[in-house]
Amino acid sequence: MTVRSANRRLITRLLLAAVLMFGFGFALVPLYDVFCRVTGLNGKITNTGPVEQTGVDTQRLVKVRMIGVNNEGMPWQFGPIDSLVEVNPGEMRQTAFQASNPTGRSMVAQAIPSVAPGEAAQYLHKVNCFCFNSQTLAAGESVDMPLLFVIDKELPEHIRSITLSYTLFDISPDKTASRSEEVQMGGSRI
Amino acid sequence: MGMIRIISRSFPLTLLPLTARAEWTLNLSPGVTEISRSIYDLHMTIFWICVAIGCVVFGIMFWSIFHHRKSRGAKAHHFHEHTLVEVIWTLIPLGILVAMAVPATATLVKMYDPKDAGLDVQVTGYQWKWRYQYLDQDLDFFSNLATPREQVSNEQAKSENYLLEVDRHLVLPTDTKIRFLLTANDVIHSWWVPALAVKKDAIPGFINEAWTQIDEPGIYRGQCAELCGKDHGFMPIVVEAVPPEEFQQWLADAKAEKAAAAEAANRSWTLDELMQRGEQVYLSSCAACHQASGEGLPPAFPALKNSPIAVGDVGAHIDIVLNGKSGTAMQAFRDQLDPVELAAVITYERNAWGNSTGEAVSPTQIADRLGAAAEGEGN
Amino acid sequence: MAISDTTGGMDTTAGELHEEHHHGPAKGIGRWLFTTNHKDIGSLYLWFSLLMFLTGGVMALLIRAELFQPGLQLVEPGFFNQMTTMHGLIMVFGAVMPAFVGLANWMIPMMIGAPDMALPRMNNWSFWILPFAFAMLVSTLFMDGGAPNFGWTFYAPLSTTYAPPSVTYFIFAIHIMGASSIMGAINIIATILNMRAPGMTMMKLPLFVWSWLITAFLLIAVMPVLAGVVTMMLMDIHFGTSFFNAAGGGDPVLFQHVFWFFGHPEVYIMILPAFGIISQIIPTFSRKKLFGYASMVYATASIAILSFLVWAHHMFTVGLPLVGELFFMFATMLIAVPTGVKVFNWVATMFRGSLTFETPMLFAIAFVVLFTIGGFSGLMLAIAPVDFQYHDTYFVVAHFHYVLVPGAIFSIMAAVYYWLPKWTGHQLNETMGKLHFWLSFVGVNITFFPMHFIGLAGMPRRIPDYALQFADFNMVASIGAFIFGFSQLLFVWNVIQNVRSGEKATSQVWEGAEGLEWTVDSPAPYHTFSTPPKVD
Repeated sequence: MTVRSANRRLITRLLLAAVLMFGFGFALVPLYDVFCRVTGLNGKITNTGPVEQTGVDTQRLVKVRMIGVNNEGMPWQFGPIDSLVEVNPGEMRQTAFQASNPTGRSMVAQAIPSVAPGEAAQYLHKVNCFCFNSQTLAAGESVDMPLLFVIDKELPEHIRSITLSYTLFDISPDKTASRSEEVQMGGSRI
Repeated sequence: MGMIRIISRSFPLTLLPLTARAEWTLNLSPGVTEISRSIYDLHMTIFWICVAIGCVVFGIMFWSIFHHRKSRGAKAHHFHEHTLVEVIWTLIPLGILVAMAVPATATLVKMYDPKDAGLDVQVTGYQWKWRYQYLDQDLDFFSNLATPREQVSNEQAKSENYLLEVDRHLVLPTDTKIRFLLTANDVIHSWWVPALAVKKDAIPGFINEAWTQIDEPGIYRGQCAELCGKDHGFMPIVVEAVPPEEFQQWLADAKAEKAAAAEAANRSWTLDELMQRGEQVYLSSCAACHQASGEGLPPAFPALKNSPIAVGDVGAHIDIVLNGKSGTAMQAFRDQLDPVELAAVITYERNAWGNSTGEAVSPTQIADRLGAAAEGEGN
Repeated sequence: MAISDTTGGMDTTAGELHEEHHHGPAKGIGRWLFTTNHKDIGSLYLWFSLLMFLTGGVMALLIRAELFQPGLQLVEPGFFNQMTTMHGLIMVFGAVMPAFVGLANWMIPMMIGAPDMALPRMNNWSFWILPFAFAMLVSTLFMDGGAPNFGWTFYAPLSTTYAPPSVTYFIFAIHIMGASSIMGAINIIATILNMRAPGMTMMKLPLFVWSWLITAFLLIAVMPVLAGVVTMMLMDIHFGTSFFNAAGGGDPVLFQHVFWFFGHPEVYIMILPAFGIISQIIPTFSRKKLFGYASMVYATASIAILSFLVWAHHMFTVGLPLVGELFFMFATMLIAVPTGVKVFNWVATMFRGSLTFETPMLFAIAFVVLFTIGGFSGLMLAIAPVDFQYHDTYFVVAHFHYVLVPGAIFSIMAAVYYWLPKWTGHQLNETMGKLHFWLSFVGVNITFFPMHFIGLAGMPRRIPDYALQFADFNMVASIGAFIFGFSQLLFVWNVIQNVRSGEKATSQVWEGAEGLEWTVDSPAPYHTFSTPPKVD
């Protein structure tokens, strides 16, 4: 084999490796989700939808702390009805968050859930959650947003309290202009 | 375009000796919690191990440098490998590492155990301030940098706790396990108080937890530890640890103060009073972006001086201050300031720097706007 | 154009001496634009890197001038952030990496007995796209909203939703740099694997070549990941995707994982070639073969492999689960083992040698000592519970500057002093070289050693102004920075003087030097090893 053809073969392989690694960078996104599910990294909740009840563990009581957070530029009043809920593992519990839109315009919001400690995320099943859909509120309107959840009986002993937070993001369609474009436009509107 | 904006007024002054000079330190602080002390011990152990290894390795090296130099007639030997030696110096470091890993693991496990906390505090990072919410206590406030801008720009002598002082301390009880729930409003911040050995990232959309149990009353200062934009260096943290009884008293006082502030909104305020109060509020809450001169830092932070908002329709002005502006850095201030402060700062913006609308926005006007929304919530 | 004049002169001599070899270099600017000669391209890379080193250095001095005293004196906080960002990007991608590629271009063909790089035209391309990338990057300083200001690690969402408009140009600049690095790496791998002289088996390769081979594989593995992460940013900013945007179900922490999956191997990309250089220089001036050649190769390879398993040690405070923290802590501590082996081997090489201390050797010894100090602080940072106190403080700044400045940069300077006589045909001016070394050595330590103290005392990194208890050591560090910064002008002067004139160098140059590059004339002819040498 000549050096020239050896080079050609090697370049092809190395370029292919580079392209594969570029793809791998993107593959890290779904891989990361799998990784999160396995390790509970970052408190991403992946257990949603109907769940089979298999009895309640009355020996244990878990404190679930509910938190509502507004992300930047979100003027809604938003928070849990009960900020602390005590439940037995296996017990289905209904609670709700309240939101109201104090502004003079209709807005659309998306709630993003997060759990601390992250390890607990895989044991928190949400049967029904307002975070599955975006929420539209007209000017001055308010709403109760229900949440139905159950904590898995397999929850490790050492976890006695769980925090469930929802962050509200403004996804109104009139907010389509991205921030940097706004800056380019001079941002004259304060 | 001013790539380098020379802060001209200040140079001669900076050459004067600093009036206040804090004690400097060389080392980590042992801190005031069990965790911070075990971290300190771990730090010192590893440090001395490194020093010992360094002495041996550099010792041999410098011995060679002095004794095996050509100028002293040294002749080079010809050995260039020795399997046994190489295996030994692979295994010894491995052993040392295992010895280090054991206490490190033990400390880490302790740090990851936030159960049975007596108090939950939600910490939210904002560009560029911290918000503290005492959960179940109905107490919620923002904590802003208290160092005057004149000290930063060297027009005033620097105070003792320059850049490490805030308008409202995070007051915490000693001898109580406190759990922090951290999140952020905009970008990633990191809440760090060295004396407590707590550093945890506050990430928008995510909740993180950390805990501490403070042994000694005192004031402990920290800073944001994750680059979060322009004023990353100007959002300090001040924790004031007090005995539990004193903490209960403080809680009661803080709530009473809040009620009094609500009361103050009901009386009538003169334009002068509002302007005076408004200037204070403006400097602590608005000047970081819109600048003390009202000229802003366009394009990201527009000017208020002669701006269509500040001299235009008052309703729109109130709306933008209360609710912020989506997609820009303008935050919603409805939760950050009370009605008096909101009325004062809007009045100030409408009458300062030659914005001469002459209009005073009354606290009741603001309270009505906020109240209308609250009523809506009740429906 | 001092460069083309003088080196042109040098090459005429070379041409006369080797008339039987090919034609000499073309004349004028075209020689540099269209050259496919590995020596020309090596020189281009090195000059470019020097220019970037000085640019990034000016930014560093601006940062240190602002930090000389508490209070804001020179720059606004927003511009300060632009400076820290640009300083980091320019030094990493503009100064250190191109310098190593330049050295590889010059030396690898000569060390393995090859006539040129395997892919000379691609070689030309991989250099010439670099100036465009950096012109684009630097031009952002003059744009509305300023240059990137989110740190060289550009964490989302500060670098996406909250970024200045210039972020798009930053992303394209990164893409071009990545393409250049990947092409360079492919070329180096092809050269080493396919172009070795007969008899030059893999386990006879000089260590510089070995370490570059491993580095090149690292580059091919991780530069595409960097390209991927900036592409995701681009899509988030302009096409409404939500890779890192929590509002759309994305995750800002994901950014950090992907970034550091690139970033940690990148750290080794900047240090493995340095290990190679030091492993060339220490045996030469010890007049003794390198101790433990095989274990050096294995240690380098294991460092490279481990580098893929430790990325999250940059993220101990983001809220990783306990098992994650433990895994990344143990994996990181493990890196100390092969690194230790390398240091022990260098010391054992010097032990019972016959040492002399010419400028390259001084830089190499300083490298071993100061890099080891950086290694120690790295080991401390690896201990996760303690890292909660160190993370994002000046202790980290001290650590990575110790491994990058007296580490990577000193190794580059050692390499330049070591091979300069081979490139120019002129013996080194030892007095000037030693003066440059001692000023740099003192300056670097005055700059970066106090940063350990201010970090431990609690000063966060990337802040334009600080509390009063940090004032004294910041002032010391700033003084050191100016000493170090200005002494680099001596380096520039030294190199230019050496290119222009100097005592005629022999082909051996250094008494104890071994390897094929020392068998060719000094200056090295424009074409070397057109007929492969015999290696036994």
